[in-house]
Amino acid sequence: MTFPGYFLSHLWLIPLFPLISAAAMFFFGRRLSKEAVNLFCVGSVFLSFLHALGAVLKLFALPASQRVYQQILFPWVTPGAMPTATGMVNFVADCGYLLDPLSCVMVIVVTFVGFLIHVYSIGYMAHEGGYYRFFGYLNLFMFSMLTLVLANNLLLLFVGWEGVGLCSYLLIGFYFLKKSAADAGKKAFIVNRIGDAGFLLGLLLVAATFGTVRFTSQGLPDPAAFSGILQTLANMVAQHQVAYGASVFTAIALLLFVGAAGNSAQIPFYVWLPDAMEGPIPVSALIHGATMVVAGVYMVARMSAIYQLAPVAMDVVAVVGAATALFAATLAVVQTDIKKVLAYSTISQLGYMFLALGVGAFAAGVFHLMTHAFFKALLFLGAGSVIHSLSGEQDIRKMGGLRYTIPATSVPFLFATLAIAGVPGLSGFFSKNEILGHIFNRHQMMDRYLVLWVVGIFTAGLTAFYMFRLLFETFYGMSRVSIALEGHIHESPKTMTVPLMILAFFSIVSGWLALPILWGEESPFERFLEPSLRGVEVDTGEIAFGRHTLLAEYSLMAASVALVAVGWWLAYKLYLDSPKLHTKLAESWPRLHNLLIHKYYVDEIYDALFVNRIKDLSTALGFFDSKVVDGLGVDGAGWLVRRFSRISIWWDKWVIDAVVNLLGRFPKFLSMPMRMFQTGVFSTYAVFILIGLAVLLGYYGHHVQIFVRTLH
Amino acid sequence: MPIGHYLFLSLALFLIGAIGVITRRNVLIVLMSIELILNAVNINLVAFSRYFGDVAGQVFALFIIAAAAAEAAVGLGIIIAFLRNRETVLADEMDLLKW
Repeated sequence: MTFPGYFLSHLWLIPLFPLISAAAMFFFGRRLSKEAVNLFCVGSVFLSFLHALGAVLKLFALPASQRVYQQILFPWVTPGAMPTATGMVNFVADCGYLLDPLSCVMVIVVTFVGFLIHVYSIGYMAHEGGYYRFFGYLNLFMFSMLTLVLANNLLLLFVGWEGVGLCSYLLIGFYFLKKSAADAGKKAFIVNRIGDAGFLLGLLLVAATFGTVRFTSQGLPDPAAFSGILQTLANMVAQHQVAYGASVFTAIALLLFVGAAGNSAQIPFYVWLPDAMEGPIPVSALIHGATMVVAGVYMVARMSAIYQLAPVAMDVVAVVGAATALFAATLAVVQTDIKKVLAYSTISQLGYMFLALGVGAFAAGVFHLMTHAFFKALLFLGAGSVIHSLSGEQDIRKMGGLRYTIPATSVPFLFATLAIAGVPGLSGFFSKNEILGHIFNRHQMMDRYLVLWVVGIFTAGLTAFYMFRLLFETFYGMSRVSIALEGHIHESPKTMTVPLMILAFFSIVSGWLALPILWGEESPFERFLEPSLRGVEVDTGEIAFGRHTLLAEYSLMAASVALVAVGWWLAYKLYLDSPKLHTKLAESWPRLHNLLIHKYYVDEIYDALFVNRIKDLSTALGFFDSKVVDGLGVDGAGWLVRRFSRISIWWDKWVIDAVVNLLGRFPKFLSMPMRMFQTGVFSTYAVFILIGLAVLLGYYGHHVQIFVRTLH
Repeated sequence: MPIGHYLFLSLALFLIGAIGVITRRNVLIVLMSIELILNAVNINLVAFSRYFGDVAGQVFALFIIAAAAAEAAVGLGIIIAFLRNRETVLADEMDLLKW
């Protein structure tokens, strides 16, 4: 097979397929039947998946150091020469696509999980209105997300970033006639936008510092002609223009992280994610479980070269990630809506990923991203299947004992719960322990990382607790389903349960990529990702991190398994063994329970601090507009015009008209004597004739005189 | 006879006629005065015709007689029409065309 081959050179097709079907839905989706919509939309995602698979396999064939393929479709933004920190540079941002190990992982996750969720949606949305609209939006989302992960420069990534934000808004507010859904959509978009402002500033700073927004120039046919961030950074470091820990890198890293926090629901921008559960379940699974929320993680991993040179920013990322993980886990413990538990769980797991990125374990973060995509999507889809079976019930207090009636849902859900809790052998165990292991490893360097490790492992225990709580409340124990729904419990259709089983398989298996760490070797996943995440070699003066000993590895695993067991036992005791125990516990600590139920009153605080203040500003501006602008400006202008028109009237009447009348009266005045001649009496006219005759005679009369003398 | 005598007669008649046109109140008298003027001109023309032996003057006098007759007829017609409308024959009462 010749290089680059069909799949790699047609990389741009991968985002294009869903875009075409989204456009088709937009133009004539209304007239299509459900089967046609299915064929278009699910088929296009399947085609994208096939192309992605082909491209990735093609890339595998290359040796590890050359696994980068870039293609530039066309130069997009060409403002010409631009002043940067390093002098004048010819800035070009192009529309191009990049495939390297990191984007391989992302594109496979996005297309595969996306395809499964599309198949699931066929069953789930079968009875809903707006079928073609849903799939159109979903495909538009796939287009944006694939643009994001395949982009070869920050600007195109940002385009995809905004696109997923937009589709998130459209899909959260899918049932737009419901006020809470519309509000949730607005909240998501607005909070996202705040993060995007930070992202944009970071992007501009990158462009100003490096003169380019392209990630790398490797993989292009002519690397010397194009420069990438990686190469420019390496140059700058090699020529000692910037140092490790330079403030410009910290600024870039922090600004980009603001954007990531907005999109990936970290503190303080996480508030939109629980509300986003107003959208249909496939939306929650795809966008808020598996793909969009991991865009921030992907972006930070992609810019790992810069982050590695900004230790302050990395610390901020790690602390925010750990805090978010713990915070969200405490909130998930008291939620009673099945989707809200999973939403807070997502926020918590994203915090884990950022914690990993923040301590420098970029590959571990991405690994957790991949395993999380599988089991979180499975959890959401499973929850959707439960809701579908119970004809819309979402409160876990009204569920129970469902594993006997809907086993096709409960068995995959069980595996997903085991995975997310970190039970040995499943994927979550490997990815979480990778992260915790790396944090502990770093702690040998700095004591403060121990705090992060403690937070991480405690959160793991909490995760196990609330996930098993969810499992027990929903599927085990006595049935608390209301009488009316009891008779209608039915298993979901095959198109919904088969994706569940496939995802369950991958939830179990995807962790085995890191199996070699059990016997002390490097995980193949990390080795695969290493070229993308290596960054720039720089002398930081720190000791290089080695792998910890096998004994340390096993004791860490034992510690986390112990905490998982504690979490399981607590959930069992409180919810299964004596079913009312948890209520009694809640009643004995009412203030704490209240605080958690109200989500630490964060929404109320935000309302008071920001939302209502902005509404006040709007009111003030509205007041200004109606009183000052309309009053002074518009009405005042009218008043002024009326004043001026009075003067105008006077001028017109007394000056202009006077002249006109004068012009009229003057000939009349002059002709007055002439009038007197017209007496109307014939005799007067006869006199004038004779007078004229006399004048004539007098004038010419001398001829007559001569003539008369000659007579005789 | 010296022609001057005829010319003097013609002048005198002309002036009498002119005075009559200007002065008289009754428009019928004015009409008659106009006839006098015309006849004075006739006498003038015939006198010069006899003096120079050119018959053109007499021919022209015949024209004038015919014209005078026609004009008198028309004038009388106008006066009769005016009389029927306004019931007056006095010149100073016919001032419809006054300013």
